[in-house]
Amino acid sequence: MYEVVIGLEVHCELDTKSKNFSSARNEYTHIPNINVAPVDLGLPGILPVVNEEACRKALKTAMALHCTTPDEVIFDRKNYFYADLPKGYQITQMTKPMGRNGYLDIMVDGKTKRILIHQLHLEEDTASLDHYNTYSLIDYNRSGIPLMEIVTEPCISSAEEAVTFLEDLRDVFLFCGVSEAKSDKGQMRCDVNISLKKKGETKLGTKVEMKNINAFNSVKAAILYEIKRQSALLDEGKEVVQETRRIDEDGKTYSMREKVDAIDYKYYVEPNIPPVKLTDAYKEELEKSIPMLKLDRFEKYIKEYHLSEYDAQVLSKNRDIADYFEEVLSYGSDIELAVNFVTTSVLSSLNKLEIGLDEFFITPKMLSGIIDYVHKGKISLDHGKKIMYQAIEKKKDPVEIIEESSLSQIDDDQVLLDYIKAVFSENPEQLRQYLEEDNQYVVNFFMGKVMQKSNRQANPNRTLDLIKQQLEERKKEYEGK
Amino acid sequence: MEYSKMTLKELREALDKDEVTSEELFQEANKLAHQYQEEYNPFVTIIDKYKMKKKKDTIITGIPYALKDNISTSNILTTASSNILKDYIPVFDATVYKKLKEAGGVLVGKTVLDELAMGGTGTTGHTGIVYNPWDKTREIGGSSAGSAAAVALGIVPFAIGSDTGDSIRKPAAFGGVVGFKPTYGLISRYGLFAFASSLDHVGCFARSVYDIAVVTNIIKGYDPHDMTSLKDDGKDLTETLDNSIKGRKIFYIKEICDRSQYDKEKDKTVLEVLDNFYELLDKMKENGFIVEEVSIDQDLLAAIYPTYMCISCAEATSNNANLTGIQFGPRGEGNTVLEIMFDARTKGFSELIKRRFVLGSYILQKENQEKLYLNACRIRRLIVDKMNELFKTYDGMILPCSGGAAPHFNEATDQLSERYLLMENHMAIGNFGGFPSITLPSGFIDHCPIGINLTGKVKEDDVVLNMAYQIEKITGLKGMKAGDERCMK
Repeated sequence: MYEVVIGLEVHCELDTKSKNFSSARNEYTHIPNINVAPVDLGLPGILPVVNEEACRKALKTAMALHCTTPDEVIFDRKNYFYADLPKGYQITQMTKPMGRNGYLDIMVDGKTKRILIHQLHLEEDTASLDHYNTYSLIDYNRSGIPLMEIVTEPCISSAEEAVTFLEDLRDVFLFCGVSEAKSDKGQMRCDVNISLKKKGETKLGTKVEMKNINAFNSVKAAILYEIKRQSALLDEGKEVVQETRRIDEDGKTYSMREKVDAIDYKYYVEPNIPPVKLTDAYKEELEKSIPMLKLDRFEKYIKEYHLSEYDAQVLSKNRDIADYFEEVLSYGSDIELAVNFVTTSVLSSLNKLEIGLDEFFITPKMLSGIIDYVHKGKISLDHGKKIMYQAIEKKKDPVEIIEESSLSQIDDDQVLLDYIKAVFSENPEQLRQYLEEDNQYVVNFFMGKVMQKSNRQANPNRTLDLIKQQLEERKKEYEGK
Repeated sequence: MEYSKMTLKELREALDKDEVTSEELFQEANKLAHQYQEEYNPFVTIIDKYKMKKKKDTIITGIPYALKDNISTSNILTTASSNILKDYIPVFDATVYKKLKEAGGVLVGKTVLDELAMGGTGTTGHTGIVYNPWDKTREIGGSSAGSAAAVALGIVPFAIGSDTGDSIRKPAAFGGVVGFKPTYGLISRYGLFAFASSLDHVGCFARSVYDIAVVTNIIKGYDPHDMTSLKDDGKDLTETLDNSIKGRKIFYIKEICDRSQYDKEKDKTVLEVLDNFYELLDKMKENGFIVEEVSIDQDLLAAIYPTYMCISCAEATSNNANLTGIQFGPRGEGNTVLEIMFDARTKGFSELIKRRFVLGSYILQKENQEKLYLNACRIRRLIVDKMNELFKTYDGMILPCSGGAAPHFNEATDQLSERYLLMENHMAIGNFGGFPSITLPSGFIDHCPIGINLTGKVKEDDVVLNMAYQIEKITGLKGMKAGDERCMK
């Protein structure tokens, strides 16, 4: 058996209004070559102007991944010739990337594993090429779109870990609001480096690189295929060739080119972009804007809120849901009821209505209002849920509905006492059983009668207290005679 | 009236007095451009249709001018004097062109340069050699050769150039006109075809320091397209020209100007240049300047040229990597993308350019970068630090622009002594530090002009122009064009 060593290079297009170094729109479209400025074509005389928002988002992601961040932002040129690179160089970061030495904790088989991030940097995407038999077409819409590259250490040891990491990384992008990270739009792509070594061996085996895999499933398939292929080679005593392979739709990998010498990209600092100092105040402000990540929330929900693993998972999986849930709690709502409402009624409503939380009528504040009524025993859980659905339908504040509707409870002691006294006098036999025989069961009998008489509007908790109190008083009177 | 002899200021007065119209000035300039084109070859493109689209009235409204052909002009051919761009028509305007257009300047033509602005002879443009208007057997110098010649010939009162090592200031000296490269960032580079971005400057030629100040006023200013452009300083550079220079301190470098190091026979012209130089310094002292000699480490000075070559070739290799014939330009032949690019670049560039690209590529290679490129950057820093240290005491540095008048075409340039190399290449200091630097005529050798160069502190363009304006009064060599009778003295 062999140990698998995997390192990933993940590319993610950032969600910004304009491109990284030009004012052309950063927008996904099927119409080729419409989001193009002279800068994106590499025309003579163009100069890059840095997109501050892209820098902010890359830095934010670096911080969320616990990276150390640089004292200033600078860019470098990576020089090489290809048809998809109009300037003949790519503006990227080499000297001072946005982040170094970070990590992301992931959960595999119930265990936490720390995936180490080597570096995170900001660069520009290339144009996209469509190859045909005798010609190729170039679409410059993608040229210059801000692209974040995240390079892990070779510390991933299975296909499952790799895919979990990618999924969780995508959640980080979504949680931080930096990218839509849709792999079908090519917004998130991944290069996989994989090698095998004998168990216990310290020296790494020969590395094979697989480039530009979009779907996470394909990453998994490619890794599994490579493990099988490389294991077979090693079993036979053959050598693995250092090369770049591509993956086909069938999940098999094919050799693209053997790696002879690494290309010398002749990096040097981009002279057209003056360094910009990152102040502590700027970094602190940015740090504050980073939401808690999935796994952190999951752990917090279990530790602090004592949720079940299942509930904690459901609530932490999606940032919008988690934020919603936490906002409900921020109004002092009962945790158990909040979990119940969010994981059942809220999620099922969203499903049924096919909408997201941004379009959901019930705000966390409204939900906390309903929960309050249920928690105080003024309405039952079932009624609470009914009120929520009514509120969605009528587009009306649920608390108002509760207050106005016949469903509202009778809390007034005087009214409740009138009911109780009436019930006592209507059922002298049961009262006698209590006074003479100390039959405790009649409490429930009276309770039922009051509920019946009040059209189930009597506050049950208060009614029960009052019945007990009244019976006690009668008993004292009876015994004193 | 002979408008070709007039400065911008004089033309303005003539226009304002209705002695001439803008269109007449353009027709005159256009006629001269065609007349001189065959003999001196200043232009790649001559514009035959009068067009003026001002957005406001300025001193240059209605005045003809020329642009170096490496400045992007939409709908007007812009070749950078290279075969690889011989049919390139830009889709956007350089900021400097836009500003001139809005100020009412009237474009007369796009001028020849050394291919891609790399070179200092004016002989390597794809449309041929530019000849020196003072003496056709001599170079005008480069790379802004056509712009210098167009102003020296009196076709236009001012022209725009670019300066990466001394590409404005050297040909200005050989052409007997004024050439100015302001502080790095004062004028936007957006639309200037990049040669070496950290050294590239846009600047101008004119026949007087006043005209230089007027043109610089128009084209300077912050540009959101150029992150290295400076915030507006609100200075009117013409206002301070006549300020008193009493007590202004200037230095010259002993290692370049000390006569004892030159041979009476072999370095005859250098010594003539120095005669002229010291004579000027004496007159300057009489007029209130304080002029002192300083000594700078010989090794540091000797490093100027190699440092310049390393940095400029490295940046040029990368800056010109867009010229592949894929997005624009002549499409190469081949079976793969790389073969197609290879073919386009092989056919599109002259040998000299390829040599610089190979050098630049070698300098940036992983195994050489530390020793060549990064060391060059460090030496650049040392030179700039030294200058800034001197600028704590002095307002400027004054030096001869070259060791003689413009060289003859047949002069072999590889037999020059090392000392002579220093005299020829020191102006790159201005590009290393982004210092404002101006060249103005100081006299004649063999009836051909020579110039002095004055370089000052970053962002003190006003001080440099003020000093230059006063020096121009001392030399009395204002408003010259080729063949000016003053050369016969």
